[in-house]
Parts: sequence; structure tokens; C-alpha cells
Amino acid sequence: MSGLSFARIAAVMVKEFTQLRRDRITYAMILVMPLMQLLLFGYAINTDPRHMPAAVLSHDHGRLANAVVATLERTTYVDVKHLPGSEAEMDRLMRRGEITLALTIPPDFSERVLKGDRAQILAEVDATDPTAAGGVAAAVATLPSNAFRAELRGPAAKPVSPAPFEVVVHRLYNPEGITSYNIVPGLLAIILSMTLVMMTAMAVTREVERGTMESLLSTPATAFEVMIGKLLPYIAVGLVQTVIVLALARLLFSVPMAQTLAGWIALTVGIVLFITGNLALGYLISTVVRSQLQAMQISMFYMMPSLFLSGFMFPFAGLPGWARVLGEIIPITHFLRIIRGSLLKGQVLADMGTDLLALGGFLVVVAVLTVARSRTTLD
Amino acid sequence: MTDTQAAIDVKGLNKSFGDKHVVQDVSIRVEEGRITGFLGPNGAGKTTTLRLLCGLLTPDSGEGEVLGLDFRSQTDAIKRQTGYMTQRFSLYEDMTIEENLSFIARVYELGDRRGRVGQALERLGLQDRRGQLAGALSGGWKQRLALAAATLHEPRLLLLDEPTAGVDPKARREFWDEIHTLADGGLTVLVSTHYMDEAERCHDIGYILYGRLIARGTAAEIIAGSGLVTFNGQGADIGKAAHELEHQDGVLSASAFGAAVHVSGTDRAALERAIAPWRKSPFRWDEVEPSLEDVFIQLMGKTSDDRYAS
Repeated sequence: MSGLSFARIAAVMVKEFTQLRRDRITYAMILVMPLMQLLLFGYAINTDPRHMPAAVLSHDHGRLANAVVATLERTTYVDVKHLPGSEAEMDRLMRRGEITLALTIPPDFSERVLKGDRAQILAEVDATDPTAAGGVAAAVATLPSNAFRAELRGPAAKPVSPAPFEVVVHRLYNPEGITSYNIVPGLLAIILSMTLVMMTAMAVTREVERGTMESLLSTPATAFEVMIGKLLPYIAVGLVQTVIVLALARLLFSVPMAQTLAGWIALTVGIVLFITGNLALGYLISTVVRSQLQAMQISMFYMMPSLFLSGFMFPFAGLPGWARVLGEIIPITHFLRIIRGSLLKGQVLADMGTDLLALGGFLVVVAVLTVARSRTTLD
Repeated sequence: MTDTQAAIDVKGLNKSFGDKHVVQDVSIRVEEGRITGFLGPNGAGKTTTLRLLCGLLTPDSGEGEVLGLDFRSQTDAIKRQTGYMTQRFSLYEDMTIEENLSFIARVYELGDRRGRVGQALERLGLQDRRGQLAGALSGGWKQRLALAAATLHEPRLLLLDEPTAGVDPKARREFWDEIHTLADGGLTVLVSTHYMDEAERCHDIGYILYGRLIARGTAAEIIAGSGLVTFNGQGADIGKAAHELEHQDGVLSASAFGAAVHVSGTDRAALERAIAPWRKSPFRWDEVEPSLEDVFIQLMGKTSDDRYAS
């Protein structure tokens, strides 16, 4: 025994720094990760989301009705994006998740305000995401006391009581605002993505690292056959995970499930596309990295923005424009809409169109890149 | 020579990695049923050449046939009839012996999988340990298993990359007996090695250095072709002579072997002059047949001189 030697500690330390410097990806991670996270999330994350998309169906075209809409926009919590011509069209916008607020102004609104006859406006809020719904509902609630200040002058502009009209707020899809209804289905997206991307990224890298790839490539198996053979078991893994998560979501959190066969079919299509897309992404990563550690790091590098920019943790509509553009590239963003839409809103294939197309497109692009990158040789 | 069938007949093989020209204009012809040893120092291009021949690497240039098939365009067909044993154990350590063999049988789409795997296990003498993880085997057993896996599909060509590195002498001998049995059955074997005793067990030898094939033929032909003269000096403390002799004119190499010293050169007269001062009691000098090792050390020295000169 020779006690504690600082020289030996220093020897190990110097060795550790030397190896760290050689590992380019780790080195990049240490420098880029904090920078990227700070810039990306510092600017993107907003727990008080504004500028949520809204639709107004106004059967009253008088000044007072227009003043209500103008006041609503001035709150900055919503942007009126749609002026649907019918209730059916507005319902469709809501079900597809294109709007967070649907405001209906009845034909006799102005008349009843002027008569002081308890005028009402209907505000339907998409409460799938309670955070997003909260801000919008609060903004809508201020309308009765603020709407006509600009219209009325003098003594009439003073706050009046009772208010000139009332807003009836309907929270749709998740009326009690239960956070787990939003988070638990979202977790399925995160769990699938995290495990599948990482597992496939490592499955190939492990063969290279252990030297077994050399043997495998010397057999008649082609790169494509190896890829398909490696991915198929993980599709099964993904499906098993899905069943477990959905069963627990139902049993522990009473999360609603798809109600109809059409709903289940739509959900299944979405899940299979999402699983396959993630596997392809993992495989693509494995063609780039040199070690299992790097595969893990790149997977983490992919997961971080996925958590924040997909709408999993923060309402997607509340992200700034550039962050939404980045978010649209991430498959989790689209799958979140599909799974939440399916479980909470009863969406069917027709409602999921764009998101299914986005997942399909992602899968095709990544698969083409992967096949282009995978080699039957060691070159 | 052309009346016999060539298992490998390639010309002008080149391969570079970045600015490193690893294989330069290698032309090699291997007759069917022959065991050809591939020798050369580390990094000479042995592994790369083997990988080029079995389609694991794409050559920059070169043409020819492997097993009568165009080696650049028909790699799939060549792979089906070629067994390749990598330098590093490359079966799945987290699978059992039987599972590994079974996987190979499936990948090669072999009929009667159970039968073949059973026979292979029997030949290996591993029936009782079929359920053991491959990773738990000792070096010698891993190497035998790897050979069984590489020959399970009954290839016509077997490429072995330093198959006996780190294996004990008895296992090495058994391994070579097995290789000879396979070659007697018509299999062509190309094996890279560092061991001179293994080189001498090959039918013929190719010596590769800095990516170039610089000697080719049987051991006797290579020794005869080297024009090397070797003297063996014996006597107590003669080892000290080796150091001094090394730097004398006409001496290409001088190495001590216990109580003997091997001195080689191509110029007999110069060599005689160099050892003259040591031709006295108690030392005894005899001219001996140069060994392969003497020849290869000479070849290495010669080429490196050329290399630095150019």
C-alpha cells in the first residue's frame, strides 16, 4: 500500500482528457449540446402560449360583433385564422386540430346586447392540451368586460355590471382538463421513439464494434436483407410497447381509447408508420456512427428537441414560427397529433391525412438515405 | 501451369484508403486444391488483399476471376462458394455454438440444416457443449468453431486471415492437419500468417510487403531464388558477434539464436570477409541452407531501402 498518489490521479486524468479529445462526437456533444439547447429552448419554450389559431363563425355582422372579434385578437392569445361558413366546417377544423378556439356569435347578438337581454357567445376550446386551453379560456373570459370599451364613450365606457353579454365556454375532448389525458398518449410517442431509435442505432453499430459485421458481410446476405432482417423484430418490439402503454393508459389513467373500428384502424396505421420511421432513423444513425456510445449520444441529440419542439411538453401552437418549422420535421410532432386525435377526438383516417402523409414522407426519405448509405462491403 | 484450373487468378489489384496505397498492382494466381501461404509484416496489405478477393472491399482497379467468376461483378456468386475466417473472432459471442452454426446455415440457405449443424458439431467434438455460449470458449476452440462456421457451406475456396494468432502449438498443429484434410478434398486455401513453420506447411507462398507481392513460389523456390548465402556460427558468447557483424559490408542480416548466430548476405566473398575475424576457436562456422525467415528478412530490408531511396 502506498497511500494516495496525486501523480497517479493526474496520470489517469490526462489519459481521460486525451481520450475525450479523440472522441469527436462526444467532444462535439459537450460543446454543441449546451449551445443548442440554450438557443433552441430558451427562445422556443413558452409556458404561456399565445397566438393560438382560432375560427369565428359570426351570424351577426354588426359593429358590436366585430368589436368582440377585434378585442379577442387584441388579447394576443388567439389569432383568427379561419372564418368558416358553417358549423360543420368549424367542427371539422376543430376535430383536425387546426384551431384551438371556435367562437360562435349568434345572429341576434347585437340586438340583445343593446336591449340588455343576456346576449351569449359560444366559445369552444380544444382542451386536449389543458395548458393551451387555459390561456385561451382565460382570454375569452375577459371579453364581456373589455369588448365595448372602444365603442362606448363617456360614462357608458365605465365597467358595467352585469356585463353586456356572457361567454359560454365549452371545453371539448377533455372537459375536466386532465393533464394525463394529454401527457400519457404523448408518452407513447416518446417511449417508442426513444427505445426504437436507440435500439436500432446500436444493433448495427454493435456488429461493427464486435467485428461480427465482417463475417456477416462475407456471407451472401445483402445489405438490404440485413437491414430488413434486423428491423422486423423491432417492429414487433414497438407493437408490444404500444399495447403495454395503451393498456396502462387505460387501466391506470383512464385515458379514453379510440371508440370506433375506423378509429382503431387509423391509429394502427399511424403507429406502424411511426414505428417504421423511427427504426429507419435508428438504422440511418447506425450507418454514420462508429461506436455504440456514439449511437447513444446521437439518439439523445435527436430526442432533446423532440421533447420540446413536438408539442409533447409545450403546446405546439404556442411555439414561435421557426420552432414550429423545425417541429414539423420531427415525426413525434405528427404522431402526437395522431395519437391524441385518435384517443381524445375520435379522429379517423380522413382527419389525420396530413400527419399520416408527413410520417410516410419521413419514412421514405430516411429509408432512401439509409439504403444509399448501407454497404455490402467494408469500404 | 495453365493446364490446371486456377481458383484465384487476378491481375493488377489496387486499393487505396485515402492517400494510403495499401495494395499495389498485386497479381496472384492460386491453383485449385493448393494451400497458399500469404506472408508479410503487419500492415503489408494481407488482410486487405483477402477482403478484396472475397468481395468485402471494392478494388480501385484490377481484373480477373475467382472460382471462374468475374471477381468484380459476380461477388454474390463468389461469396456463396467462399469461406472467410476473419482475423478477429467474428461469430456471435452472445449466441451458443449451435445457434451460431444454425445462423450460418440459414444465411447460406443450406438444406438439411439440423443434419449439417449436427455433423459440424460432431466433427468439432462439441456435441456436448452445443448449448454453451461461443464467447465462453477458449482461443483454440473459438478458432475451431470459426473454421467449422467458415466451411459449413462446403466452399470451394477458403480464405483465412491469421487464423492461428494467439493459439497454442498443439491447437495450431491440429488446425493445420484439418486444413490439409480439407485441401486433399479439393478445397483451395489462401491463408495469411506470421509463422514460418506454418508457411512451410503451405504448398506455396506469396510474400507481400508495402502492398506489393514481391515473392511467389514454393518455399524451396523462394529460398533458391533469393541468391542468399547463410553461415551458421556456433560457440559460447557468439551472440555478441551478431551485433558487430550486422554492420559489416556484405552482411544483410545477423541474428543470434541462443548459442548460434545466423549471418546472411548475397555476396559470398564479402560475407566470408566479414566473418573472417570470427573464424577462430572456440567458434565453428558452417554454411547452411537459408531459412525462409532469413529470406524474408532480406526481402524486407531490400524493399525498405528501395522505398526510402525513391
